[in-house]
Amino acid sequence: MKFYDSAELALRNLRESVLRNSLTTVGISVGVASLVAMLSLGIGLQQMAGRRLQKSGLFDTVVVTSRRDFRGFNRDQERNGPSAAESPALDEAARLKMERLTNVAEAYPDIRLITELRYEGKQHLTMVAGLPFSAKSNDAFDGMAGSFFSSDMASEVVLQKSFAEELLDRTPKTGEDDVKVSELGSALVGKELTMRYAQRTAPENAGSDQTGAAYSVISRELRLKIAGICDLDPDSMRGQARARVFLPLKLAESLHMMQSSNMRDTSEAVSGVPTYSNVSVRVSSPKYVQQVEDAIRKMGFNTFSIIDATRSMRQFFAVLDLFLGIFGSLALAVASIGIVNTLVMAILERRREIGIMKALGASDSDVKGLFFAEAGAMGILGGFLGVALGWIIGHVINFGTNIYLKRQQFPPENIWSVPWWLVGGAIAFAIVVSLLSGLYPASRAARLDPVQALRYE
Amino acid sequence: MRSIDDEKKIAIQTENVCRHYPMGETLIRAVDGISLQVQAGEFVALLGTSGSGKSSLLNLIAGLDRPTSGSVMVQGHNLAALSRDDLSKYRLRKVGMVFQSFNLIPSMTLLENVELPMRFAEVDRVKRNGLAEEALRRVGLSARLRHRPTELSGGEQQRASLARALINQPQLLLADEPTGNLDSRTGGEIMNFIREFNETMGMTVVMVTHERALAERYAERMVFLADGKLVDDQRNVAVAAGARREERS
Repeated sequence: MKFYDSAELALRNLRESVLRNSLTTVGISVGVASLVAMLSLGIGLQQMAGRRLQKSGLFDTVVVTSRRDFRGFNRDQERNGPSAAESPALDEAARLKMERLTNVAEAYPDIRLITELRYEGKQHLTMVAGLPFSAKSNDAFDGMAGSFFSSDMASEVVLQKSFAEELLDRTPKTGEDDVKVSELGSALVGKELTMRYAQRTAPENAGSDQTGAAYSVISRELRLKIAGICDLDPDSMRGQARARVFLPLKLAESLHMMQSSNMRDTSEAVSGVPTYSNVSVRVSSPKYVQQVEDAIRKMGFNTFSIIDATRSMRQFFAVLDLFLGIFGSLALAVASIGIVNTLVMAILERRREIGIMKALGASDSDVKGLFFAEAGAMGILGGFLGVALGWIIGHVINFGTNIYLKRQQFPPENIWSVPWWLVGGAIAFAIVVSLLSGLYPASRAARLDPVQALRYE
Repeated sequence: MRSIDDEKKIAIQTENVCRHYPMGETLIRAVDGISLQVQAGEFVALLGTSGSGKSSLLNLIAGLDRPTSGSVMVQGHNLAALSRDDLSKYRLRKVGMVFQSFNLIPSMTLLENVELPMRFAEVDRVKRNGLAEEALRRVGLSARLRHRPTELSGGEQQRASLARALINQPQLLLADEPTGNLDSRTGGEIMNFIREFNETMGMTVVMVTHERALAERYAERMVFLADGKLVDDQRNVAVAAGARREERS
């Protein structure tokens, strides 16, 4: 019998016992829905964690320091690398060389200094750092009050919440509730503060006997507009040296602010070119961190990164997805028993009909094909319904979670993801499970003795 | 010894065929060593009381059952030696069957019921539709194409069943008590159709019946069975081919 004819007869038979077959199909769809729901949750959580890691900037950044300043993070690197005196200086040329390495998105110098800021006549002392414009997507700025810098050269600052509290003299005492960042924002965003800094300028009449760096230092002030206040700490990787006030990096570079490393250059008398205390290298993807780190070490620098975190995360989610998939499949396994039951019942009911078909010349494979087609049709229908149901369940859970997050004053999150491969895979899996369930009933129907079947009333 | 021409004319030949099956501790001998020859185009009635083995013999000839011993040759093919697949092809191409209880599939319309063997034969949809309509028209059911069997009388159902049996143009029509569930007038109509197909299409007919009068009226030959054995084989002189033609004229 042709496939089309088998399918047509199968659908007719399914329509004849519409209630029973519908219930079986609903069983399959619930199974598929649970599978889709479980795996979508796993995938959604994995994507969320991935996004978080990516946005945190912790896992795609390599911090490069020079061996000359003995601030390496790794004793092993110091032992195996060139000696401090032989190692290269971490200057603009080195930064450009790093930026040209493959899989490097950008390499920017760390500009960081403790300086004085004045707000409404009151002086405050804190660490100020330059921040590249690419840091805009960092999750530390999620839920910030105000906005990120308007441009890379804007005379604007972003304050960390604790500094904003200090400016307003609202630092909570131990046991007191936190001040909301929105409250701080409404009081401070748009206001101006004044930063005082020491500018380094090249001397106009540098003599030929000067072998090293030589410059003048001039004290300057700059008025900066408060663009935003962030709740989280965008500089958490820096530990003790983390800043609480952030300037656009290009602006910070253009100011030629005096930093501690400048003094060292003078004393070590390497060259007239200023060096950086460290350079942050942002890698295009966390998976290239190791490769980039190796390349930079070959250049003679010390490096530091948090590697392997993404690899172990992927491994964790692979195991989680596996378990979620197994639990999701359990419902489908139960549904498959429903298919076997329905088809075995159908054989009993249609025993005579099978006998008639055989008497008319239906082969074993015709009869088998008919029952397979019925199982397959239930699988296809159940698969599509299940995916739709799983998708709806997912959206409802996502919606509910976001309401909860909102109440807890967290930013909304998408913990749910149904990729196309999961849609296709779930439907295919439902069909395969249905066909496997149809295996026993179909072969049982095909083996029926036509004489016995025709006697059956 | 038969000549080659005689051999060609033999449609069915059973040789000491047996169909025994155990029931509890006893062995039921449904068919017990029957040797029978049926010529091509012959109309044979198998007669006997209930349990005499006539339906069992018909099932063996139809290829629905396999003999315990002996052989059933139909048009030169030994059915006992055919595979399950070949046996289904034999039933599809060579045999048309009519049953006492009509055996139409209740969920299908008459047209779909008649089309069914052609689905198994993988006949094109348009072609089989036309052939099924033509077959139903031939048995006087052209107005009932879309009706389901339960909406029809017994006679109409048996006529549809006849149309279905003949749709693949078999050489052998096997009828198991075809009038058993019909009144005598309707039964007569059905028998006239069977006789017409036998004469006009040259189809070999083997009919199981327990009504001797019916056999005497339509069959050329009457084979009597009892306890699974062949007890008598009579030519029905009254229904010789010529006599039947006279009767019709």
